[in-house]
Amino acid sequence: MNRIYMDNAATTPVRAQVLEEMMPYFAELYGNPSGIYQTAGVSRSAIYDAREKVARVIGASAEEIFFTGCGTESDNWALTGACATYGKGGGHIITCEIEHHAILHTCRHLEKKGVSVTYLPVDEYGIVDIDDLKGAIRDDTFLISIMYANNEIGTIQPIKEIGEIARQRKIIFHTDAVQAVGHVPIDVRELNVDMLSISGHKIYGPKGVGALYIRKGVRPGNLLHGGAQERGRRAGTENVPGIVGLGRAIELAAAELEEEAARLISLRDRLIEGILSAVPYSRLNGHRTSRLPGNVNISFEFVEGESILLLLNDKGIAASSGSACTSGDLDPSHVLLAIGLPHEKAHGSVRLTLGRYNTQEEVNAVIRDLPPVIERLRSMSPLYEDFTSAGKALLR
Amino acid sequence: MYTEKVMDHFNNPRNMGEIESASGVGTVGNAKCGDIMRVYLKIEDGMIEDVKFKTFGCGAAVATSSMLTELVKGKSIEDALGITNKTVLEALDGLPAAKIHCSLLAEEALNAALWDYAKKNDIVINGLSEPEGHEEEGIYVE
Repeated sequence: MNRIYMDNAATTPVRAQVLEEMMPYFAELYGNPSGIYQTAGVSRSAIYDAREKVARVIGASAEEIFFTGCGTESDNWALTGACATYGKGGGHIITCEIEHHAILHTCRHLEKKGVSVTYLPVDEYGIVDIDDLKGAIRDDTFLISIMYANNEIGTIQPIKEIGEIARQRKIIFHTDAVQAVGHVPIDVRELNVDMLSISGHKIYGPKGVGALYIRKGVRPGNLLHGGAQERGRRAGTENVPGIVGLGRAIELAAAELEEEAARLISLRDRLIEGILSAVPYSRLNGHRTSRLPGNVNISFEFVEGESILLLLNDKGIAASSGSACTSGDLDPSHVLLAIGLPHEKAHGSVRLTLGRYNTQEEVNAVIRDLPPVIERLRSMSPLYEDFTSAGKALLR
Repeated sequence: MYTEKVMDHFNNPRNMGEIESASGVGTVGNAKCGDIMRVYLKIEDGMIEDVKFKTFGCGAAVATSSMLTELVKGKSIEDALGITNKTVLEALDGLPAAKIHCSLLAEEALNAALWDYAKKNDIVINGLSEPEGHEEEGIYVE
């Protein structure tokens, strides 16, 4: 069976060119970058090259890039580190309701330590209101953390406007750009971003490596304590092959960004139109245009997401859902609830995220195979039965 | 994450559908947590002659509904009352821990359908009690 992978927002395969560049650093060039011997120097310069590559892509300078273990670590570091330096045991953070759990759960943790947090609501498309943001700023607000683009519904936030406000009010501005880097052009100077989280495996790089951009002059306290790696800011022996992979992956993504984004947007829009026109009682979640190039998120009324995923899997299609049954607790996606979806519609959501290996043929195959799945589940659904019999009663 | 039996019942659900002018219909669950089960019974002379289900929910919810209908079909009301969530769970070779509540729903749907039958016919079924929770638009909400 032809397998169609449309869960690229969850993770991506490592590209051949990336893997090739990483390989020597496992068994041959294994030197600990902290050593003074020859192979240590090789590892050190490989890290330096990767740092330059990451910096170039986001318009930063190399000494502003710090490698971490993952996007989640970058988010944790930015938030708890800013708290330690600028919160002075209290203070106020502004974030929003649809952040990734790496931000939300860190904020909950910080609240227990005496920090107050405002979770800004979002509109029906998932966009933060700038006036809400301005209104939430307090004298003791030291950090604004708003994601660049949402992982579930792909909505892109007005980062530039938020950055301007933060800069005017002298508040540190962090953005979780894990879903955005390499997919949309980013310039940290132009955006007035102070800290920005990056992950390797969302851009055809390896898992287990991330980065945090920290603008020169911003000093979040350390998250990991130990050795003097990353100029004393992030302890732990460097994941040299991972860092090399992240550097190469981000370099490739940036070089191909414009062309690939245009291609994905065309596939995305075709997929959205194809599904919405074939399936009644379906709706697009997120914004129509202020949206990541590869993100499709659709709710189907009267059916449940996990069931859709299981039947899609039988047809060789890998997707994900915001239903409770895929999250391990009884609540559906906090993102879909925040954009105002009632529970039953949130349970019936499917996310299809396109990437560089998806083709027009695959999009066509999903447009062909998904509608019968929904139809089949609706024929089993008591909610659909009630809906149609209520409709019949009205016609009588 | 699911056993072969669960996947078999999910992919090939037994007794899916409706029974017109059923002897008893029970609907339980909650769209909020993502599972609603409806069981239709056709009862003659105290025997469950036919049973059908409709379910809105995850793979486990569909599979437990399907398994439940297989277990109760052709049984007397008395025997059907002996079928619990544990019976359904065992028949499916188990469910992931987070999905155990789905098997409870199957037992409750059967009870609700039997309760409906008893109410319609103004009879008392020994060992059967009114479904727990409150009714909202014909659905017993936990």
